[in-house]
Amino acid sequence: MTTPDEIKTQEYLINMGPQHPSTHGVLRLLLKLEGEIVHNVEPHIGYIHSGIEKMCESLAYPQIVHLTDRMDYLSAHMNNEAVCLCVENAMGIEVPDRVRYIRTIMAELQRLASHQLWWCVMGMDLGALTTFFYGLRDREKVLDIFEETCGARLTVNYSVPGGVMFDIHPNFQKRVKDFIIYFKKKLPEYDQLLTGNVIFKERTKNIGILSLEDAISYGVTGPSGRASGFACDVRKHHPYSAYPLVQFNEALDTAGDTFARYRVRITEMWESLSIIEQLIDNIPGGDYAIKMKGVIKLPEGEFYQRVEAARGEFGVFIISDGKKNPYRLKFRSPGFSNLSALNVIAKGWKIADLVAIMSTLDLVIPDIDR
Amino acid sequence: MTNEALKAKIITMLPEAEVTIGKQYLEVVIPAEKLRQFARALKESEETSFDYLICLTGIDFPENMMVYYHLESYKHKHIMVLKTKTHDRQDPVLDTVCDIWRTAEFHEREVYDLLGVKFNGHPDLRRLFLDEGWGFPLRKDYMDEIRIVER
Repeated sequence: MTTPDEIKTQEYLINMGPQHPSTHGVLRLLLKLEGEIVHNVEPHIGYIHSGIEKMCESLAYPQIVHLTDRMDYLSAHMNNEAVCLCVENAMGIEVPDRVRYIRTIMAELQRLASHQLWWCVMGMDLGALTTFFYGLRDREKVLDIFEETCGARLTVNYSVPGGVMFDIHPNFQKRVKDFIIYFKKKLPEYDQLLTGNVIFKERTKNIGILSLEDAISYGVTGPSGRASGFACDVRKHHPYSAYPLVQFNEALDTAGDTFARYRVRITEMWESLSIIEQLIDNIPGGDYAIKMKGVIKLPEGEFYQRVEAARGEFGVFIISDGKKNPYRLKFRSPGFSNLSALNVIAKGWKIADLVAIMSTLDLVIPDIDR
Repeated sequence: MTNEALKAKIITMLPEAEVTIGKQYLEVVIPAEKLRQFARALKESEETSFDYLICLTGIDFPENMMVYYHLESYKHKHIMVLKTKTHDRQDPVLDTVCDIWRTAEFHEREVYDLLGVKFNGHPDLRRLFLDEGWGFPLRKDYMDEIRIVER
């Protein structure tokens, strides 16, 4: 008879994905395992690489805006806004205050919608299906507001260089305020369902720890980085649009484990609600867009614009040679850098923990592949 | 640190660096052979302490291939753009910085994949998005008869 000590395991390789329920898209992870302990994670990406940077080289700037919300479709508005801000700053255009307010409210609604979807999917990944229904029920309210404002629910395309595409709907303010009242009642339910759950805590606390030093070195931004104590909120440190006018706290944690990444996002939802509350009653009058020339040409030079998308720092880097399309355009997507840290976070933990870690990194594959 | 102070500091660190204060950030062009040594000094020096590589971009200019490093210091919050270039279009090679800023490991693979710039000392330099033998699509002379339509 063999005793447990005599049973030897050997390292082996296994593919997780490209079609795996917990990767939420076409991401293939090549795992080196011993038993169920993860020794190495090697992400293989590019299954939905669309060559967006190459495409942008032959497109005009207003057209580029429309491509950006196909990258991280859950922070579509922030991506649109980033390109618009970059073009506006390059041309030295000041947008009306009304535009800044509308853009910021939309961005925070988008962040809420993104975090709601993340929360319901996170629960589902860990086997708690109820969260999926709760999260999607509330996200629907935000998407309805989007639909009424700009006709689209996912790829909103609301920002254009110089302003927003249409003025807000007459119902907009009332609907957003109704939503805030509604969601403030529902958000504590999220805590009751998942945050205090013993099984959930067991599977997330002190698991998948990312140190502050690694977070900075790997460029892990957004809620995932802030859970390690990396104060990287672009809204706070390099404010744009209407963020200089509002008071909010940067959600930070120091633990750096899966639970911290979870809790930072829950805190961010409260902060987003507070930001919208401060702005919604004070939207100034005026134009919703300024008149731009038919063909937008940027002056020669290099322009970098960073915004805080739902997953972290989203950057647009334009090198212009003075023509109507960019010489080179680079998107610094948060998911790409966050994924690069997956190996260092997941090493030494079990496969089940890897699923939880990936959930809290909140990977969106088109954002990584671009 | 202000851009002027940073400029003075960088000139003392590397006299051959071309430092200009750009519209947005401080821009520093350095020769390729000094890249690793200078990058390490930028990160480790107490006064500069550039520990966060925001963005790494490869660009195909008519006369050379350039790589831009957008750097930020977490401690001091100042930002600079480090630039280096290689004139060899046939076999462009630069030194890796991925042991200095770990995020560069993925970003350098991306630059290799789309522009064909090789990075000396990179632990795992393979194609990232595309298959072997695809060509380098972000080069300006890249031609793809099937997928790109000239209008």
